[in-house]
Amino acid sequence: MANITMDSPVTGVAPATFRPGTSDKEIEAAALKAIKRRKQLVLFWQLVILFGALGLWQVASDQAWIDPFFYASPSAVAERLYDWAVNGTTEGSLWYNLGVTMEEALIGFFTGSIAGVVVGIGLGRNQFLSDIFSVYIKAINSIPRVVLAPIFIMIMGLGLASKVALAFVMVFFVVFANAFQGVREADRDMIANARILGASDWQVTRAVVVPSAMSWIFASLHVSFGFAIIGAIVGEFVGARFGIGQLISIAKGTFDAAGMFAAIVLVMVVTLAAEWIMTAIENRLAKWRPQQSLDTH
Amino acid sequence: MSSIQPIRNDLAVADPAIELINVTRRFVSPTGKTLTALSDFTMTVGRGEFVAVVGPTGCGKSTTLNLVTGLAKPSAGEVRLMGGPVKGIDPRVGFSFQKDALFPWKNVIDNVMAGPLFRGRSKAEAERAAKDWLARVGLSKFLHHYPHQLSGGMRKRVALAQTFINEPEILLMDEPFSALDVQTRTVMHEELLKLWAERQASVVFVTHDLEEAVALADKVYVLTAGPATVKSVYRIELPRPRVVSEIRYDQNFIDYCKTIWEDLRQEVETSYRRASQAA
Ligand SMILES: Nc1ncnc2c1ncn2[C@@H]1O[C@H](COP(=O)(O)OP(=O)(O)OP(=O)(O)O)[C@@H](O)[C@H]1O
Ligand SMILES: [Mg+2]
Repeated sequence: MANITMDSPVTGVAPATFRPGTSDKEIEAAALKAIKRRKQLVLFWQLVILFGALGLWQVASDQAWIDPFFYASPSAVAERLYDWAVNGTTEGSLWYNLGVTMEEALIGFFTGSIAGVVVGIGLGRNQFLSDIFSVYIKAINSIPRVVLAPIFIMIMGLGLASKVALAFVMVFFVVFANAFQGVREADRDMIANARILGASDWQVTRAVVVPSAMSWIFASLHVSFGFAIIGAIVGEFVGARFGIGQLISIAKGTFDAAGMFAAIVLVMVVTLAAEWIMTAIENRLAKWRPQQSLDTH
Repeated sequence: MSSIQPIRNDLAVADPAIELINVTRRFVSPTGKTLTALSDFTMTVGRGEFVAVVGPTGCGKSTTLNLVTGLAKPSAGEVRLMGGPVKGIDPRVGFSFQKDALFPWKNVIDNVMAGPLFRGRSKAEAERAAKDWLARVGLSKFLHHYPHQLSGGMRKRVALAQTFINEPEILLMDEPFSALDVQTRTVMHEELLKLWAERQASVVFVTHDLEEAVALADKVYVLTAGPATVKSVYRIELPRPRVVSEIRYDQNFIDYCKTIWEDLRQEVETSYRRASQAA
């Protein structure tokens, strides 16, 4: 689900026809070369766009086309990041603040997704329970999660617990909904097959239902780490002593645009890294799925 | 040709493996409407007997098999296996699905090992048996392939190994080969007959294909358009062992097909007429 690759349109290039004298080896070598070239081309354009955008921002800021006070500039953001990394922030070491946010997000992410998977599969496997609870889940799900932040902070204080709770509810519902749907989509014949082969209810759940819900669950895990970060940061906005959200909040209070952008860059890097790790895990688990064959023209 | 006559359905079978006695199966929709899929259905399969079931589409063939597996319960009447009533899913039953029901996330050998492992046998034992069965269906070289890497015929052979490894005394097959091309299908017929002759299982084989039914079976049941009842039963007195690829040129075989088709055609026409009226 995560690998959306775009095919380049065919642009008047004649399709490769069979030429006598081309061995399999040569064709393979040519194909590998074509794949490599295409990858390089993609990377090249990605870099062009990145540096183009940053350069434009920098120039616009330097030439005062945009107000550097509000919009900062890439160099100012980089300087601020460097300064934070070396000298620390007003709220202590940058790494400590990042660590606080990560801790909140990770605990929320893991507890939320485990709970989401367990409850989703449990209700998905039990028609009666799901009939009873579906209405409550719909009701709770209709609450925009961020409005819970002040309540959690009032109840659980400024520390870790309130942010984890917010990250948890952000993650839980997404994962729950997908796990539930994944269970519902499990192939009936496959379940019947397992039962006739001798599987108990528990074995059916473990050997058939969970693996077939896995791609649904992974689809939700990809977005839900981002949600956990949102939960942690929104929690920090509303009230906290440390964390990236708190840094942003302070930067806002002092009209420090570079500081805000620097914090955003940090969050971006962390979320992308998490996404990358998740994709790697998924690819390992899903080695049974058909690979996209590399088709080069 | 006129020498071919249906036999009486209630003809006593001495030692039946499967009995459906006046079985009715109704489906009740959530809105309370009922649909009768089987009504007053009686069928007897002897031990080691190969029975084929033909009937128009949607008449209730799959429903019949589900009752024998214990996946579903009859609304009236009785289903018995090996002389005892069916209570839940019976470990002596093996089921071959029309659709692919292999586990796509397991490789070939793990798919075949699933049955013994579910039944609590040791991993080493299951692996030994699985390798043995995969050798028999000619897939020893593909132990670590995943289902999507195999052709349709190979997947079907894995499915057969998966079913046979449990050594079912009763084998139920729901149009198992309908998705295969003609050549592969003939190969699968030969393999099935070979395995069946070795195991002496009792088989119920559901199919749309009358020639397939006549080529394989000892007895062919013709069902009526839904709700299904038994219309007639034919005993196929073709000698065994049969060579499926050649039997189709046998005059007796052709006579059987012609006679039974006459019988079946009326039901197929009724079924189509109803479907087009409903539309
Ligand atoms: N779970 C179910 N709920 C409601 N109706 C059902 C259900 N299963 C089957 N039916 C109905 O029962 C009838 C018989 O279905 P069945 O699947 O047994 O037919 P079939 O003979 O196997 O058909 P085919 O040859 O097309 O596979 C059909 O009219 C079908 O709509
Ligand atoms: Mg059917």
